[in-house]
Amino acid sequence: MRDRVWIVTGLLLFLGFVTYPVWHDLVAHATSRPPDLVLPANEKQCVAPVSYMRTSHMQLLLEWRQSVVRENKQKYVAFNGKVYDMSLTGTCLKCHDRKEFCVRCHDYAGVRTPYCWDCHLDPAQFKRSAR
Amino acid sequence: MKITRKEFLKISGACLVAFSGKKALAVLESPAQSQDSPAAAGKLHKQLGMIIDTRKCAKDQGCTKCIEACNKAHNIPDFQNEAHRIEWIWKRPFGDLFSSYETQYLETSLKDEPTPVLCNHCDNPPCVRVCPTGATWKREEDGIVMMDWHRCIGCRYCMAACPYGARSFNWVDPRPHVADLNPDYPTRTRGVVEKCTFCSERLAKGQLPACVEACTEKALVFGDVNDPKSEIRQVLAKNYTLRRRAELGTGPNIYYLI
Repeated sequence: MRDRVWIVTGLLLFLGFVTYPVWHDLVAHATSRPPDLVLPANEKQCVAPVSYMRTSHMQLLLEWRQSVVRENKQKYVAFNGKVYDMSLTGTCLKCHDRKEFCVRCHDYAGVRTPYCWDCHLDPAQFKRSAR
Repeated sequence: MKITRKEFLKISGACLVAFSGKKALAVLESPAQSQDSPAAAGKLHKQLGMIIDTRKCAKDQGCTKCIEACNKAHNIPDFQNEAHRIEWIWKRPFGDLFSSYETQYLETSLKDEPTPVLCNHCDNPPCVRVCPTGATWKREEDGIVMMDWHRCIGCRYCMAACPYGARSFNWVDPRPHVADLNPDYPTRTRGVVEKCTFCSERLAKGQLPACVEACTEKALVFGDVNDPKSEIRQVLAKNYTLRRRAELGTGPNIYYLI
């Protein structure tokens, strides 16, 4: 029984270590709530249903890229019959803000930001810098 | 009928020679590139090309309107270091472009005349043949030699293959060197090859290439060289034109009117 002190201390240290993420977030006021995404004011419906966009927007972007660059097809007929220009900066970013929409969600999900923006220019940034 | 071993060997030998000879003749007779050239295979409906009227262009030798329009439309960086320079359309002295036509007595004014140069959008593009990733290809519907920068791995085989030096390589990140960014067109990244695409993005909207539109002298005529009724064919029918290094069999589609 002489080792009680050591055992208890060890157990406490172990528990503290294991629960570190929990109390660290409590202290840092971190929250696991997903970001409140700002939805476009002037549009009610995206080019595809929300559930599809949430899981497969990257697939859609790849298909658009393939169509425009390699197949010279510029128009996308959406599920509801509406026709869109297949353009990341022209169509997607017309409604969504890159920083408020793309980046925030990617950050939350811990998804590495794709390298789209190494080449494609964010029109919003332009307006900001032009002012 | 009886056949001796000697006769049998003679006949088989003769058959072998006849068979291989026919194959060899077929290879020699067909033009070397015909199998690869979409134009020769009859697949191309349309082949976009351009005439550069050097007489009209020479009216103002210091004019760079076509170059400026292209640079602005495609976010082309401005590098002071010549080794880093990116060029889609630029000017070179006529004598440098047509060195095989040059004689000792070539008209001096013509020899030194700054003449526009751009990708020739060849019928049989060597750059396309060597690209290991399919990042550059001959577009079947209009014959443009296209580029997909998403796929370019920067190996520069295409640059080695192009006999016209029409391609540029991004040795450094170009974006900080573009003075006036056009948000409607992407920039490129370091390690990517680029060149003129005949303004495929403008053609898709029904517009003419930026250089053609910008030329106030109307020295650039753009159109389908496979369409006998097109303006470009009318000009070609009435004038003597030159193409750069056509003897290589690349089938360049930029014509120079002198």
